[in-house]
Amino acid sequence: MSAISIRNLDVVFGDKVDASLKLLDQGKTRQEIIDLGCNVVGVHNASIEVAEGEICVLMGLSGSGKSSLLRAVNGLNPISRGELLVQDGEQMVDIGSCDETTLRHMRTRRISMVFQNFALMPWLTVLDNVAFGLEMQGMGKQERRAKAMEKLEMVGLDEWSSKYAHELSGGMQQRVGLARAFAMDSDILLMDEPFSALDPLIRSQLQDELIELQQRLNKTILFVSHDLDEALKIGTNIAIMESARIIQHGRPEDIVLNPINDYVEQFVAHTNPLNVLKGRSLMTETSKLERLEDMLVLNRNDNTCVSTNSAGQVVSASRQGKPIALYQWQEGESIDRLPEDTLVMATPDISMRQAIEIRYRTGQPVLLNEKESLIGILSDNNFYHALLGKHFTSTETSIPSQATLADDAERLTNSSI
Amino acid sequence: MNWITEHKIPLGSWMEAFVDWLTFNAAGFFDAISISLEWVILSVVEIFQWFPPYVPMIMTAALAWALHRSIPLVIFVVVALLLILNLGYWQEMLETFVLVLTATTLSVIMGIPIGILAAHNPRLYTFLRPILDMMQTIPTFVYLIPTLVLFGLGVVPGLISTIIFAIAAPIRLTYLGISKVPESLIEAGKAFGATPSKLLFKVELPAAMPSIMAGITQCIMLSLSMVVIAALVGADGLGKPVIRALNTVNISQGFEAGLAIVLVAIILDRIFKNPGSKEES
Repeated sequence: MSAISIRNLDVVFGDKVDASLKLLDQGKTRQEIIDLGCNVVGVHNASIEVAEGEICVLMGLSGSGKSSLLRAVNGLNPISRGELLVQDGEQMVDIGSCDETTLRHMRTRRISMVFQNFALMPWLTVLDNVAFGLEMQGMGKQERRAKAMEKLEMVGLDEWSSKYAHELSGGMQQRVGLARAFAMDSDILLMDEPFSALDPLIRSQLQDELIELQQRLNKTILFVSHDLDEALKIGTNIAIMESARIIQHGRPEDIVLNPINDYVEQFVAHTNPLNVLKGRSLMTETSKLERLEDMLVLNRNDNTCVSTNSAGQVVSASRQGKPIALYQWQEGESIDRLPEDTLVMATPDISMRQAIEIRYRTGQPVLLNEKESLIGILSDNNFYHALLGKHFTSTETSIPSQATLADDAERLTNSSI
Repeated sequence: MNWITEHKIPLGSWMEAFVDWLTFNAAGFFDAISISLEWVILSVVEIFQWFPPYVPMIMTAALAWALHRSIPLVIFVVVALLLILNLGYWQEMLETFVLVLTATTLSVIMGIPIGILAAHNPRLYTFLRPILDMMQTIPTFVYLIPTLVLFGLGVVPGLISTIIFAIAAPIRLTYLGISKVPESLIEAGKAFGATPSKLLFKVELPAAMPSIMAGITQCIMLSLSMVVIAALVGADGLGKPVIRALNTVNISQGFEAGLAIVLVAIILDRIFKNPGSKEES
């Protein structure tokens, strides 16, 4: 069962909702609807399922409707049409049609929220700010302060409990915001650009902390961001929004590899693929490798070859006729200790960053094994291809032949080392 | 043109008829208000008078210390009160103080809820705004006349006029404070499941508190500025010696009574000025 299930959701702000919806159905754009004197459309026909324990990132430029969609989930924004179901124990509650009491129950027990500008109460101490949501739950003073203290320890701010919010730095204030949301013990967390107002270093630090906390707490998180790098880093799934619609929804790698249109492509072009792409999507498949007698040629220049048995398993490797060592690398193993001049075998789920590190360390292409058989290799031209952003260009560019590219690559690496 | 001057619109007569109608039909109501308010004010004055002067003096000094932790302020308060005692205006000072206190209390009790309602209901505020403007701009003497007719001579018409003049401050500043509460705080309150009343008491009012406190301080000062005018309709207090001095062209009495009013004003202002404002700036 999904934790949040959104079907054909429309959010329209203002008092001419019906008229605006009618215009929407006629296929008018947002701007045309405003020009006709009707309301601002925040979200149009959004459908998305967020599974339990997932981090779903809503991504888009400002005004794309991502915050409007997020705010509809806890009823801060009106649901004009469609269905928005949020899990509450065994049942699903329709936020759009439930009564005040149910909505309040969902807000105090099921869904908590973290805000872009922190939204801490300036007259309360850090501790009481964290306890604010618990106070809304109706918890007694002693109890809620004890619990708030626990959550403050979790975000490493227990020594600051008696300070006021304005005495803390931005990063610390947002940690207080996180602690306040975690204190509710709700399963669903809405985060509205929580790290956008922070310095890049602090931002990345908090992203890491969030990922770490998420591994322990396993919440369902709906996260709004305008930064695709952030989305790729923390998202299990990413939904990209443009002018009130969700235009693409999928796993980070799918989005980087197959942007649905120019808009998404532009986003992707400006991201760093190192942490997103996996070996599998970069590799040259075994079947496309050149064969020399019964051996597969990895690099024609120095005549590096591997031979495989009938099951596709790599049995030996050689360069210019002399045998070289093979090494099976496991995820998590230190790359710095790998012996030089060895052919390293890794899983196809290896990240691009690690693959490059191995290539840099050993000076050799990386072999990718799945179920003990060789499915492809990663050599320099695969990496350059991805780094230059050529991996998603919709028109299939002809890949230069292995030999010439390897040649260029060799020169490049030699000069840079 | 002659036609216009010859056919004067009897606005004044209409107002007079209205006030006459009120006195005739609602005399009991106004008398009840007048009698009860007068009783309250006189009893409070009596309570204060029952203490020897050093008791209120120490209490004021203690309040100043509790709110501001400032030794110079405490010294000033004590010296100023001793000077008033020495000039022989102790009783008048007490009467003035009670008048200001009562007017402020009533203004705040009525003004803050009105301000909150106005902030939640913009239409109410558009209706209220010209009335508030009018209450503050009409010369005080003008509404002194009907209040005098309705409530009779004494401290009550003075009190009512003071409230009419001073209540705009708490209304306006409460309205301002509540409507200026950052949207994000309101959203945070709602997102964590605040009921409307919790939202008001736990988010809006605390957030608006600096502004509301400023409204209360302003209300005190505006009430004090009405002391002399209230004396014209028979309210006791420091205004009376001022009026008397004016009528007899008595420079020394006028100076001393005026000085006493200034001292009371400074004491009230310094004590009730928002103690938190220093931290925030």
